[in-house]
Formats: sequence, structure tokens, C-alpha cells
Amino acid sequence: MQLTVWTYEGPPHVGAMRVATGMKGLHYVLHAPQGDTYADLLFTMIERRKERPPVTYTTFQARDLGADTAEIFKTACREAVERFDPQAIIVGASCTAELIQDDPGGLAKTLDLNVPVIPLELPSYQKKENWGAAETFFQLVRGLAGGRTPEPKPEGAPKSCNILGPTALGFRHRDDVTEITRLLGALGVAVNVVAPMGATPHDLTRLPNADFNVVLYPEIAGTAAQWLKRTYRQPVVETVPMGVNATREFVREVAALTDTDPEPVIAEADERFSWYSRSIDSNYLTGKRVFIFGDATHAIAAARVAEHELGFKVCGLGTYSREFARDVRAAAQQYGVEALITDDHLEVEDAIVAAQPELVLGTQMERHIAKRLRIGCAVISAPVHVQDFPARYSPFMGFEGANVMFDSFVHPLVMGLEEHLLGMFREDFEFNDGAQASHLAALHAGANHETIEIPEARTAPDDKTQDLVANEGMAASFGSLSWTSDAEQELRKIPFFVRGKARRNTELFATEKGVNPITIETLYDAKAHFGR
Amino acid sequence: MNRHVPPHIAAAEARANGEGAAGCTDVAPIKQRGQHEVFCGLTSIIWLHRKVQDAFFLIVGSRTCAHLMQSAAGVMIFAEPRFGTAIIDDRDLSGMADMYEELDKVVDRLIARRPDIRMLVLVGSCPSEVIKLDLGRAAQKLNARMAPHVRVLSYSGSGIETTFTQGEDNFLHALVEATPKAAPDAPRQLLVAGCLADVVEDQFTRIFNGLGIDNVHFLPARAAGEVPPIGANTTVLMAQPYLTETAKLLARRGADVLIAPFPLGEEGTTAWLRAAADAFDVPGDRFDAITGAGRERAAKAVSLYRERLEGKRVFFFPDSQMEPSLARFLSREAGADILEVGTPYLNKGHMAPDLALLPDTVRLAEGQDVDKQIDRCRADDPDLIICGMGLGNPFEAEGRTTKWSIEFAFTPIQGYEQAGDLAELFARPIRRRDLLQVEV
Ligand code: SF4
Ligand code: SF4
Repeated sequence: MQLTVWTYEGPPHVGAMRVATGMKGLHYVLHAPQGDTYADLLFTMIERRKERPPVTYTTFQARDLGADTAEIFKTACREAVERFDPQAIIVGASCTAELIQDDPGGLAKTLDLNVPVIPLELPSYQKKENWGAAETFFQLVRGLAGGRTPEPKPEGAPKSCNILGPTALGFRHRDDVTEITRLLGALGVAVNVVAPMGATPHDLTRLPNADFNVVLYPEIAGTAAQWLKRTYRQPVVETVPMGVNATREFVREVAALTDTDPEPVIAEADERFSWYSRSIDSNYLTGKRVFIFGDATHAIAAARVAEHELGFKVCGLGTYSREFARDVRAAAQQYGVEALITDDHLEVEDAIVAAQPELVLGTQMERHIAKRLRIGCAVISAPVHVQDFPARYSPFMGFEGANVMFDSFVHPLVMGLEEHLLGMFREDFEFNDGAQASHLAALHAGANHETIEIPEARTAPDDKTQDLVANEGMAASFGSLSWTSDAEQELRKIPFFVRGKARRNTELFATEKGVNPITIETLYDAKAHFGR
Repeated sequence: MNRHVPPHIAAAEARANGEGAAGCTDVAPIKQRGQHEVFCGLTSIIWLHRKVQDAFFLIVGSRTCAHLMQSAAGVMIFAEPRFGTAIIDDRDLSGMADMYEELDKVVDRLIARRPDIRMLVLVGSCPSEVIKLDLGRAAQKLNARMAPHVRVLSYSGSGIETTFTQGEDNFLHALVEATPKAAPDAPRQLLVAGCLADVVEDQFTRIFNGLGIDNVHFLPARAAGEVPPIGANTTVLMAQPYLTETAKLLARRGADVLIAPFPLGEEGTTAWLRAAADAFDVPGDRFDAITGAGRERAAKAVSLYRERLEGKRVFFFPDSQMEPSLARFLSREAGADILEVGTPYLNKGHMAPDLALLPDTVRLAEGQDVDKQIDRCRADDPDLIICGMGLGNPFEAEGRTTKWSIEFAFTPIQGYEQAGDLAELFARPIRRRDLLQVEV
């Protein structure tokens, strides 16, 4: 039993819903109580989908438990097939139905439905959303693409591939697919099927016709791609094209598989990231401490971009995807940090406080933490919220994705010259701790378009927030040290966005030198010792 | 004393005299058994945990329950909420870990982290109910250990037993159960039952005091320890329509539970206040003097939106059990034409006054088969649909105009000063529709 307030991932059946909702012509009959229908709003509200997810919930009640919940499932199944006329259905149980052991798969088989039925076993008390999505996609691929013979290709037809992994409610999946499809097109590669997003069950039967597979989101399509590789010898392009260098490697990897020359595509790419990063006004980005947390794929890619393509310093790296912990550990080692593998957001918050970053790249969860700690933040990974589905085109993958990343990683930071001015005129009342860097104002106004505001009147102010802001979230890490009041005063004159770092360095220095209490002298000695 | 006849009573009397005008009282609700598309009772924790400022709601459930809470309450991630989920896992289910011991550990950690908590509420979920985890017993044992510093209660918010607001009903039931019985000679008191916004409580308190009713309490109170002893000295005025179980228990305690229209709009608020005034023998002229200004303001505020709402055809999907009262307001005070009123559960007793004021052309629907209800809604082609968050955008994409029903549960809408806000909630989507020059 674990105490949880916020979770990074929903239950595994929500992963199955992400697959089903991304697809067309598939229906999901889910044995579940009525409250579980909340999951619909994830899709219709957060992603602003125009259709209800293709899910029928049996919504059995307590009074049905003694009687016949199995019959309720069968009726729901029959009626769903009749009403929605799907090409195939998936059936399964949510956490509650798992306990009553009705065996949805077995029951559906007895119904003589005229469509393929793919049963899902998603252990709710062990596994989570991404695993559920991966397992669902794998079962669909195996069930529908299994036992086929790839169709022979017409003479002179271009090489083709499948793009695997995008789902409903994925972080920027919609635009990533567009971007990568274009990139493949530039390389002369045709896209056979994109799945799950946009594919029908019938499309899945055509998966074996492609020459190879591109896996954009290994968390979701890894298992299915491995199965396709084993079964149909379709090679898998392993590089996830996120960031300038990864995108170039991706292009070269695809070109090697298709015997084409990658260099023209790379040379002609509409990529501004590299120049922007090299340009002189990006000098101030050097060594900015960045803390990164997200799903494994996005976290690893963001770390590479941050450290090697923007010149930041990765001061923390972690993931909630336990299935990919090994990859994240390996990446973290490269940056000399210890990987944080957890799904407890409080632990992440503590790690952020301890790492004292100037920028946080994370999920919506970290965005809220960073907001409380007044650190700039960009969202790089699911779990997502409504503002992660921007109206404009904004992929994270491919060359345009790199451009988007430049903007989203750099904009939350205080800009170069502005930083100097804040430092020089720190007593200007407009530069006080409450004031934001000018370009952040819009960002913060935007961040307020929350779902439904619980009006103040019905709520009580939570002082926790206040506390966190008051101590800048930078609780002194060295408990026994004290500061003279002069030194505290001086520390306050340092702009808030570097104050945490100054405090930490000074305390570190004081501890090393055995100085206590910390005076103004100590503060400046430490500054000289560490440099900026 | 010249008896004033409230409109719902007039309607009921007319019906008894065979004069028709029974309103919606005798309309048999459509009862379909199919997919329900409503929240479970856990969801009412979203406002309960803000209301009772020293309580913590600990759901004992699954990852689904935790995910529901954060999805429905997304906004409040900003402040550390006073609720959480103890997620049951494999080890608990396989018996490798003793669940009661595990729960003890979670509680200890929680109380250590939140020393400000004075009331801990264990909330049952579908999984905890299905595996027959006895949270009542767990609460008793915890109480023995932690009272009086922390009081421990339990109730079920599970989706197999409760919808949305029934969670609050079960919580209040538990709260009353844990409240001592008032002494036989205890002074008379008015208990307003059902969660209201603080600002609304304060307005009502001023009115009741003006009427000469000084001993007024609210259930739930803002702090765990503030619920007074309850017994025959207590007159209960329900501020919310979903308190079936709580009302039964209060009646068993000897309290007098008043039945009145719910305090939405000028008419509803007046009839509701009058029920209390009559019970406390407040003279009619005093009632008029105290409520007069509020009535006027409410009527004026609503009239600002009347033009936009008049004649509009409205369809309510089930959500909070407030639907019949909301429809009554919209029909009587804003002139809207109500097509269907869905409600997850219809308490004909509590709802009688509101139903009597609804035209008999209204279709009532209790429970749900969401697909069939969507069919009916499309066939009706209403001007405004009040529905859950899962249905809103799909309807909008069909070119229809919708309002999220949950907003009526999250917004202060009761009482005179909020009557205009209530009308505005209904009017806003229509206004927006008129305003926008974009089509989907
Ligand atoms: S319906 Fe049951 S399982 Fe689902 S969220 Fe509600 S209590 Fe939890
Ligand atoms: S409340 Fe707003 S900002 Fe916070 S998670 Fe929800 S949509 Fe995002």
C-alpha cells in the first residue's frame, strides 16, 4: 500500500484507452464501475477530441455483484458491436472488475460476435498506463498482423516503413508524426502504416508489408516492434529523432537501411537550432543548471539536447518509467548525476530543491513544482495537460522539433542582458522578488487557464504554497549553519533566480572551511571560490 | 397569522383538489439500465477537503481512484491537497502484506507529515469494498490509538455504490453518526445540511439571525470539531438535494427535517428560508422585512439574463442530483423550456417541492443509459445541453451548445446574492455562441 497524491501514470486500462482512442474502427469494452468513466474526459477535455473515446464501460453496481456481472458484460459487448459496428474489439477489466474475475475475454468469445475479439490482461495492481498501452498495442499487432504473408512489392516501388508508437493523449504525438513523415518523405521512404494513431484494425494487418519500422515512442511500441522484427524480420530504427544530433543520426540510420544518401537531406534541413545555439547572445546559457524528469525517452533526449546542444549543465535526471530505468541510469552516468527513478512526485520535488536548478524540464507535475519554487520550466513529456496540445504546429521530433525545443527550453530563462540588469539594479522595486522577468509575464498569464477553478469562496487558502514561496524552496541543506542577519540581508539582494545557488555554494564553502556563522565576508569568499 | 402559501405547496394543494397543476410530480421517470457516465462518490472530496479545513480524506483504493481524483481536480495540484490515495497493490491482495497493518503505516506517515490534521477520513472505494476491507473497523482501531488528537471516520465513496454527490451524503452520514446526541433540554437549533461555499453560509447566517434564529449550524462545519450535538432540539434545513442517507439518520436522531424547494434563485431561496422561518414561528412581516432586499436584488440580477435564456430549450444529463432544482429555476425564473431532466438518483420526497414547480411536459430520467440518452438529446436538438466533461466537446463538435454540469457543483450558486451568477452560468455558453464568428 502506497500513499499517493498525484500519479505520473494512470492505471493500465487508461493506456489501452490511449491506443483504442488513437485508432479508428476499434472499440474497447471495459468491465468497470461507473466512476471509471472519468477517463473519457482526459481525451475530450485535455486533448479536446471531438468524439467520445470508443469505449463502452459496463458500469456494474454493488447490487449486481451477487447476481450476474458476467451477463452485464455480455450485454454491453453485444450492444457495443451492434451500435458502433467496429472492425475489431478489445475487451478487458479495470481494477475493480479484475477482482471479481469475470474473464471478459472468455465471455466475449462465447458471444459469436462477427468481429475479431482481442482480450487484454492488464494487471491493475502491478502495472501502469504506459505498460498497458504497450501491451495493448502488442496484443493488437500480434492478433491482427500475425500469420500473414507480406505482399510482394511492385517493381520500383519505394522503400516503406511503419511509424509506431503515437497514441491519443501523447505528448506532441500529432505533430511528431507529421514531422517524421515529411522527413522520411525527403529520404524517399513511403509510410506504410502509422499506428496506433490513425490506424484501423485492418491497417494493422498490413504492417508486415513494410520494409522496416520506425519506433517513435519505445514505451508504447517497443514490444510490438520487437515482435515484428522476430516475426517478419523487419529491422527497427532505434534512434529516436529528438534533438539536432539525434535527428541527424536517425536520418543516417534510415538512409543506411534504404541505400540512399542522407547528406543532402541533412544539409537542406530547415534547422535553426544549431545557429541559435552558436550565436553570441546564447553565451549566457552556458552552464545553466537544468533538472530533467519525464518518461524515459523524452528525459534522455532532453538531457542530450540540454548538455550537448545548448551547453547547459544537467544537474538532475530521472524518470517515472521503471521499465526503462536502466537506460536512464546509463544516461545519467554520462552527466555525472545519479538517476532518480521514482513515481513519487514528493521525491522529485525534494530532488529539485536539492539540485537547485535554474531550469526544470519535466511533466505538468514538475511544472507545478517549478512554479512554486519560482524556477523556469518547460514541459517535455506526458503526463500532459490542455496546454500541451497547442493550436500551432509544434513537434518535438525532427528538425522542426529541435527548433521548437530551442524556444521552449530557452524562453523560460531570464535572458542574457536582462540578467545583468537585474544584477546591477537589484534594488529597483520592479526587480523585486515578486516581479517576473518581463517576457515571463505572458507565460504566467497563460498558465492560468486552468481547468475548473474552485472558487476561493468554497476553498480555504493552502498555506503550504505560501511557505514554499517564502523560503524560496531552497531550504538550507546544512541544518546546523547559521547566517548573520547582515549576511542574510546581502543574500536577499541577489536576484531570486540565482539566490538558491548562492546560498548553497556559500553553505558548502562554510562547511568545508568550518566557518559558522556565515557573514558577508563568507558570502563573498564563497563567490570568489566558486566563480559564477 | 395570515398564512403565506409557497408556490410548491399551492401546486400540491391544487393537485389534491383535482385542479391539475401537479407539475412534474406525477411524471414517471425514464429508468434505463445501461452505461452510466457519472463520477463516483470519491469525487465530492474535491470540495469536501477544502471545506473542512482540518480534515484529511484518505481514499483506500486503486491507481484508478488516484487518477480519477487528479483528473477531476487537476487544478488543485498547485496546493498540496488534503486528500490522497492509499493504493492497494499486489502484495496486499496476495496476502503477502497485512492490509490493516499497511494502512496503519500509511496513516502514521501521513499524520507525521501533516500534524495540522484533526480529522482523518478513510474513504472506501470499489476495490476496498469488493475485497471487503473493513474500514469501519480500521477507523475504530485508529481512533482508539489517535483520539482525541485526531478523530477517525470512515465512509464509502465507491463507484459501485455511489455517484458523485452521494459521496458527500455518505460523509455527512458518518459525521452525524460520530456526533453526540443532544440533551433533551438542549436549546433549539437550526442545522443547515449540505456543503455550501463559505460566503453563502455567511449570507444565510445573517438572514437567519435577522429572522431571530440565532442558533444556526452548518453541516459540514469548517472545522472537524464544530458539529454540535444533534437531537430533538434540531431542525434540519437541507441546502443540497442529495442527502438521502444523512436526512434519514437525522430524522432517526429525532431531528425535524424540513422539506422545501432548494435555495436556487429568488423563488427557491425564499421558499427555502420560509420553511425555516415557519418552523421557528417567525412572523410574516419580519420575514418580508429581512428578505425583501435580497429578493429584489436576486430578481434584478436574474432579469439581466432572462432575455438570453427565455424560451431556450434545455437538456440536462445526470450529474449531481441538483438537476431538478436547477431546471426549476431555469424554467420558472428564466423562462427556459426544459426538455429532459436527468438525475443519477431521484429522491421523490426531497424533490417533491421542486418537481411540483416543473411543468408536466418535462421528461424525467433517473439512472442512465448514456448512448440512448445521447440519441434522445440529438433528436431533441436542444439550445443548451448541461452535461459531463466527457460529453461536452463531442456535442460542441456537432455544433451544439453545452455547459459542464460539474460547474454547478463547484460554484457558489445558492441564495439571493448568487442567483444572478447561477443565471449567468447558463447564459454564458449561449452568449458565447452568439458572439463567435467561427464555425466548427
Ligand atoms: S469507480 Fe470505483 S474504482 Fe473507479 S475511481 Fe471510483 S471508487 Fe475508484
Ligand atoms: S490545472 Fe491547468 S495547469 Fe494545472 S494541470 Fe490542469 S490544466 Fe494544467
